[in-house]
Amino acid sequence: MFLRKIATVVALTTLASSAWAGCGASDGRVSIVGNEFPAIQTVGAGAMECAGGGVTVEKNLTADHQKINVPGMQGNPAEFTTAIVANSSIVALMNNDVIRPLDDLVAKHGQGLQKSQLITVDGNIMGVAFMANAQHLVFRADILDQLGIAPPTTYEEMLVAAANIRASGLMDHPVGGAYAAGWNLAEEFVNMYIGHGGEFFKPGSAEIAVNNQHGEDALHMMRALSDYMNPDYLTHDSNATSAEWKAGNVALMNMWGSRVGPLKSDEVDPTVANNTDIAGPMTVGGGSTPASTLWWDGFTVSKNISDADAEATFMAMMHAIRPEMLNDETSPLAVWLIDGYQPTDAAKGVFAAAAMGTTPYPMLPYAGLMHSAAGKELVDFMQGKETASQALADLEAAYTTAAKEKGYL
Amino acid sequence: MKHKTFFWFFLPTALAMLLFIALPLTSVVSQSFHAPHEEVLLVSEICDPFGCATESTIDHQATEQLKKDKPLGQWVGFEIYTDRNHLAFKEVAEFWQTRSSFTGFISSLNNLQFYRAMGFTLTYVIVVTPLVILFGLIIALAVNSLHRHLKGLMVFFSLLPMIVTPLVGSLILFWMIDARGIVGSGLQEIFSDPNLSLKASTGLTWVTLIVYGVWHSAPFAFIVFYAGLQTVPKETLESAMIDGATRFQQVIHVVVPHLSPLVAFVALIQLMDNFRVFEPIVGFSASAHATSLSWIIWNDIGQEIRLFSSAATTSVLTIIGVVILLLPVLIRTWREFNPEK
Repeated sequence: MFLRKIATVVALTTLASSAWAGCGASDGRVSIVGNEFPAIQTVGAGAMECAGGGVTVEKNLTADHQKINVPGMQGNPAEFTTAIVANSSIVALMNNDVIRPLDDLVAKHGQGLQKSQLITVDGNIMGVAFMANAQHLVFRADILDQLGIAPPTTYEEMLVAAANIRASGLMDHPVGGAYAAGWNLAEEFVNMYIGHGGEFFKPGSAEIAVNNQHGEDALHMMRALSDYMNPDYLTHDSNATSAEWKAGNVALMNMWGSRVGPLKSDEVDPTVANNTDIAGPMTVGGGSTPASTLWWDGFTVSKNISDADAEATFMAMMHAIRPEMLNDETSPLAVWLIDGYQPTDAAKGVFAAAAMGTTPYPMLPYAGLMHSAAGKELVDFMQGKETASQALADLEAAYTTAAKEKGYL
Repeated sequence: MKHKTFFWFFLPTALAMLLFIALPLTSVVSQSFHAPHEEVLLVSEICDPFGCATESTIDHQATEQLKKDKPLGQWVGFEIYTDRNHLAFKEVAEFWQTRSSFTGFISSLNNLQFYRAMGFTLTYVIVVTPLVILFGLIIALAVNSLHRHLKGLMVFFSLLPMIVTPLVGSLILFWMIDARGIVGSGLQEIFSDPNLSLKASTGLTWVTLIVYGVWHSAPFAFIVFYAGLQTVPKETLESAMIDGATRFQQVIHVVVPHLSPLVAFVALIQLMDNFRVFEPIVGFSASAHATSLSWIIWNDIGQEIRLFSSAATTSVLTIIGVVILLLPVLIRTWREFNPEK
């Protein structure tokens, strides 16, 4: 358990004793890079079972995966033969042209896959998705019951509920949020902006367009929520927000579906764990589109490796996501897109998100630049140092400069 | 030493310097004058588990030949140096022309990441460097006056903050000063303000980073000065004592002048190190309140889409900044060692 918590786990197994030796491949090198949350750990462990015979399997699952996956796939031969990515991070791999089309491998070894799992670009299969994820409401049922508040369905209701909880004296900072400056804060802005009905770019171009009423409304809502958060909220990422939740300091938050499982684990105070409940994402500003984004996680295969390694990699990953891997332990870890998956209670938030028509995170070559510009330019507004429109103007200017440098404008 | 002997003796060092210092520097400088080629965007149909949509993608074939012919990218001269994310000449000129007051001009500069970072970096350098020298000297004098049996132990303990890796040290302090950490909640108790948070206000975050910086670097100054103290001439000290100098006067008039070359050395190293302040900003998750040039470089290349040219430009600007900072100290040292010139 301790080892699993270490951010980077690099393991190398060459023992031929594995029951699955090779998973059908006779030889080849498999090297996985990906994120570190429990569902991905399960997939990584599944692929490790294939080590044996002439097949070697390595994995490097870390929160910093997006910093190392492109450099690790640009060499020839590439260090990583597969990267586990999401809809935002596959873009960086496609931008740098380091992943290969999988049509032949899917035709040969992908019989168990459902069509919806295939990520295609102009008909070419570039990735295989195995799970879906979204941020949605997480609430403390006992606190809300005690005060007779229904779980909020809009952010406006969330503010009222938070004011009630604070007034009751039960909690000083009842709202949680991963608002850490950088990626997390930008992600919350993306959610809130979409919830207000905003479009990030002028149609068909890389020209940014967020300095508008939707953007200002989104920022003002984020500021209003932050009044109910721990004063250190600009340093809280998903891990720190989860810790606040486990400590029983928070009653309402917008959190990743894949992170709810650990909040209900045995290690957590039973009052918190047993009363942690989830619901669909919230809407905002009278809109009908939830202020959230839909995500998939899936695997890709490197371009700069031999066909034999690519085949072994594909077969190992297919083994990791085969229908038989679903059991009582693994099913609640994620919303699996794998055939035969029976939704558990932990999945209802993400399912609600999909049913409500939540927008997928934009798969645009330049979306990442907008995201990183937002992460550093919106903090001044959150701290009350400048107006919303000034912050948005700074965001647009910082993005435009970076996009020009990258050759998108 | 014969020239030939010297040459063979120095060769490995020269090679290492060429390989690990000169070449990377050349690469960074040339990268900063180049930007990636313009990308050709295609409209593609992308399908995923949530349905199909038409989105832009990059047409790699269109620029393949161009990228092969000019792998460095296109020559842009000083364009990146002057753009908004670096020196921002156009924006600064605009702010100056439309300023209502000088303070208004300064606060509008705060919207530009380079100047925002410089604001913190220079404050950090100006405050931390003298404090490190002062505390280093005080600790060295204190340890030096201890009984000899205690000295070794105290030297070891005084060095601990420097032995701890900066990132780890700042993370430990980060959790201690958390509103629910031992120092954070202690401060709330002392000032009886339950909302007091060192991480939530810009001023307090700067204070925290500066205190951390002094804590981390003072041992370096200490050990240098402590070594220097062992060489203070006894005769001069004794004659000062006979003249009736107090301990404080002895320190000011005998010890400090004797240590002055070391002060210059420590100042040199500290100016350089502090200008590149980085780990505490990451460790304290302080980027909402304080950034530095090194942090900007890290941020540029740590995102999903990496901005190499931008990072290279900021690196060159950092080097220029260090040179400007060190110039007075370097000139002074040069004069000291070449008095006749």
